[in-house]
Amino acid sequence: MIPEGPRLGGDPSAFRLKGTPIVTIMIGSMLPILPIIAQTPILPPLGLLLLLSWRLLRPELLPAWIALPLGLFDDILSGQPLGSAMCLWTLTMIGIDMAERRLIWRDYWQDWLIAAIAVIFCLTGGLWFARLTGGGGSLPLVAPQIIWSILLYPFVARQCAWLDRWRIMA
Amino acid sequence: MARPPSRRPGYDRKAQYGLFASYVVAVSGALAGLLLVIVATFDPTGFAVIRATVAEITRPASITMRQLVSGFGTIDEQIVAYFRAGSQNAALRRQVDTNRTRLIEAAAIEQENIRLKKLLQLVEAEDGEVVAARLISSTGGSTRRIARLAAGRAQGAYPGMPVRAPEGLIGRILTAGPNTADVLLLTDSQNIIPVRRARDNIAGIATGQDDGSLEVRSLNAGNNPFRPGDIMVTSGTGGLYRPNIPVAIIVRSDGDKAIAVPLANPARVEAVIVQRPYEATVTPVGSPSPTESPPSASPTPASPAPASPASPSPAP
Repeated sequence: MIPEGPRLGGDPSAFRLKGTPIVTIMIGSMLPILPIIAQTPILPPLGLLLLLSWRLLRPELLPAWIALPLGLFDDILSGQPLGSAMCLWTLTMIGIDMAERRLIWRDYWQDWLIAAIAVIFCLTGGLWFARLTGGGGSLPLVAPQIIWSILLYPFVARQCAWLDRWRIMA
Repeated sequence: MARPPSRRPGYDRKAQYGLFASYVVAVSGALAGLLLVIVATFDPTGFAVIRATVAEITRPASITMRQLVSGFGTIDEQIVAYFRAGSQNAALRRQVDTNRTRLIEAAAIEQENIRLKKLLQLVEAEDGEVVAARLISSTGGSTRRIARLAAGRAQGAYPGMPVRAPEGLIGRILTAGPNTADVLLLTDSQNIIPVRRARDNIAGIATGQDDGSLEVRSLNAGNNPFRPGDIMVTSGTGGLYRPNIPVAIIVRSDGDKAIAVPLANPARVEAVIVQRPYEATVTPVGSPSPTESPPSASPTPASPAPASPASPSPAP
């Protein structure tokens, strides 16, 4: 479905322009309130995937520090130790900024590669933080989650692009 | 495709400072996050207030969705049940007949047991049910195995209380908010349960493995007496969990440990029961109670009172 075209003279509201990415990332972080009693980490980190999608789609939209409050929100809902996503997501954002200075030409495959590295970093880092605070588990436990999060990234990026069209159209 | 518009500010001095400041905030924030995790290593249930507040807000949404999808998780079982329905029916009838006689025998044994315990002046606290509630959500994206219960302090569910389902043990309450509580499931590696084999009394320790299974180790080091098919129940050692709650069934023997699967699947159970923490009370034979303790105090070894209902605040 293609969103409606722009109306002449119309201007999207400031909240819609600035707030859409943040609101969608927060909704993505709220995935664990679904009534699924999981025995293994099965749900993909949708908040992180949406953050990566928005960041790679619109580099000028989200500053690096925005990952702090969004990470805190994700931590409160995900059950990870508080501060885990705050730290990992912010480091990811800084890492993407650094990578962007090196890369001259960009295409879809590079975005996917960057997102894959970010997902691996955040999920293994999350596992490490969970182990620090008394949890357990090893890398094979999060491997399936990492794989399907990476495979899910193109779909999420596509939805972000669709939302982005709606965002800038009045 | 050329690079998308970068956030490089060019010659604008103000924009340069702004960018620099945003990185300073980001790096110091990441360090603050690290610090929070380090604080959490010393106090894992810290910040429970924040979580509980958010849990209260998300509770109605989770409960509503839970009611919508209740029964959804067993849809595969219901389809499979249509196949071989006839032969299964006959087999189940035969099983019911044999079980009926066993039940009558069990009731007689239970009566005898009560009589013998009275003879020994062994007093056990009653079942100690606090509240029955539903599990409404869980940490599906995290490696921790924590489920959220739709009952909290207002309903009498306090941290440290054991949680069970009709099928078996679920876990224990980790933190409790006003109307929600977080339950540490059996399969979390932080959950350690003293168990024994149901048919004899070989004791062991069950620890979660975070992947939906438990590892059971024998208390006697060096040998592994557990075989596939053995049913493990709680032994009641050390308090907290009442004896004889079904825990897990052994599926595989792996060196000096055995791998078991919980009997109660938290995703399948309809409702769970929060119980009072168990305290073993032993009455010395023949000795009258030395001092009359006030009724509000915790039960002394000699007092035949059940676990005091007024003080449900055990150490987790």
